[in-house]
Amino acid sequence: MAKNENTVMHERNIQSISTKQNYAKTFVKIGVYAFLMLMALIVLFPFYWMISSSLKSLSEYKLNVPTLWPKTIVLRNYAEAFTTANLGRLFANTAYVGIVSTLLSLVITVLSAFAFARLEFKGKNAMFAALLATMMIPGELFTITNYATINEFGWMNTFKVLIFPFLVSVFYIYLLRQNFMQIPNELYLAAKVDGCPDLKYLWKVMIPLALPTLISITILKMMGAWNSYVWPNLVANKKELQMITNGLRNSFTDAAGSVNYPVQMAAVAIVSAPLFLVFVFLRKYIMSGVSRSGIKG
Amino acid sequence: MVDSKHQWKAWLYLSPAIVLLLVFTVWPIINTVRMAFMDGYNGLAIIGGAEFEFGIANFQRVLGLSSFKNSLYNTMLLCVLTVPISTLLALLIAVALNSIKWLQKGLQTIFFLPYVTNSIAIGMVFAAMFNIVGNMGTDGNDIIITAGIINNILGVFGIEPINWINAGSAYWANITVMVVYIVWNALPFKILVLLGGLQSINKQYYEAAKVDSTPRWRVFTRITVPLLSPMIAYVVITGFIGGFKEYSSIVGIFGEDMGPAGAPGRLNTIVGYIYDALPKMNYGVASAAALILFGIIFVVTMINMQVSKKRVHY
Repeated sequence: MAKNENTVMHERNIQSISTKQNYAKTFVKIGVYAFLMLMALIVLFPFYWMISSSLKSLSEYKLNVPTLWPKTIVLRNYAEAFTTANLGRLFANTAYVGIVSTLLSLVITVLSAFAFARLEFKGKNAMFAALLATMMIPGELFTITNYATINEFGWMNTFKVLIFPFLVSVFYIYLLRQNFMQIPNELYLAAKVDGCPDLKYLWKVMIPLALPTLISITILKMMGAWNSYVWPNLVANKKELQMITNGLRNSFTDAAGSVNYPVQMAAVAIVSAPLFLVFVFLRKYIMSGVSRSGIKG
Repeated sequence: MVDSKHQWKAWLYLSPAIVLLLVFTVWPIINTVRMAFMDGYNGLAIIGGAEFEFGIANFQRVLGLSSFKNSLYNTMLLCVLTVPISTLLALLIAVALNSIKWLQKGLQTIFFLPYVTNSIAIGMVFAAMFNIVGNMGTDGNDIIITAGIINNILGVFGIEPINWINAGSAYWANITVMVVYIVWNALPFKILVLLGGLQSINKQYYEAAKVDSTPRWRVFTRITVPLLSPMIAYVVITGFIGGFKEYSSIVGIFGEDMGPAGAPGRLNTIVGYIYDALPKMNYGVASAAALILFGIIFVVTMINMQVSKKRVHY
């Protein structure tokens, strides 16, 4: 049974159209990948350059035509960075401020979120709305008066000033309250009937159930201490109190022109390393907090 | 079931937060407004027993100062340049990422990487990349030892070394470096939000377009962008709010001087201007500047919301 000539022609046409479409598709796909790869390279380049530079000798860094990877790897830069910027001290200061403020902040946030989520009191909704409204105000507006306030308290150049003024985060209270609200109220009422005290219920039921949010808050708060620059720079810039970012910025600014760039890059790499580890192992916790707020630490 | 025992407990639990918020959040709001409207309010003068009159002199003074106008101009310029560029780039990257399967997760991780960095530290890396080691700023007698990797890369395309950030550098060169750094820094958050939005678009729209064999460009402009518009509006608004508070990225590259050697303060921003006033205890002027900043952010956000109302599909 020979096929009708018309049908054969028609099939051929369809075939050629679909091959053409396939070509176009592959072409577009290659373009998409090329674009993404190029952008990925641009995004990664500063990290690569940081590591590559941090391993070069100063003379190799200053070559007219740069080498893409150090000919001789100078690990000594890292040791030198540690002493030049006094990184040990800066680590200790930052860890102290970070841990104390994170613990206090967690206690305050949990208690407030619990009150807003489970307890009934007059003016609850009005107060919660007022809290959320303060989130719209730029932080710089608070900074001016807080600067004057801590001056009055005599807190200038103490650790207190790095811990207390920004301890309460309305956003974290909001985040945790939403999480607590999802836990069925029946559990709380059942616990009440059994005579379980509030704090025990909070500790045994609410906190374990809201653990992912609490971990997110901890990570963001610790990262906040690690990356804080502006406020410490204003109020606690003495060597004994300096936070890591302030120390990093100020250790290499003097003696313009004679900066030892590889050592500087080594210091930057050391400061970036913990953030990188957090990113690799705890990314999902950061992302869940981040995508809802757009805040950085 | 409001009983008095519960009420008492709730306030107890809330008390640490309330005390801290009263001192460090509520009082500042009141006090900053108060100081802004007291003519020439200064922390040092008040120790000397000076009294201040109510008025708007602080605002007049701030708006008349060339240093503030300069900061305002820099801030606006950086905002107007970086927000559209970063939003558009993030949109392209997110759409591209959403259209592939192979390597999608890996690339997504790479694009999110700049988010968890320290903006001062990585600013120093960018500064090193643009920095010329040598003796610059001597007009014509500049000695270049190494031109910096960015100039080296541009050199491959036959472009002469540009003085980006060193002494004697041009304003546009400084701004270009800042735009590159700020966009690099802003991309991860925008990509994250936009990609999340794209993944929640109902696939049926695209299948319908496929049946009608709609061209790619029309699919992008008629389906993707409209359905993604709430997310786009969100990243634009947060981008503007963040942009008006630009400060530490400039410190990262140019240091506390906020400008290249020989031209300190050239790249100062509104926030930088406020911080400069604090050690001198010029609280009145700083408060006025902060309120102006708040006003600008408020107005821009309102305009954005109005535009979104007309253009955004919910």
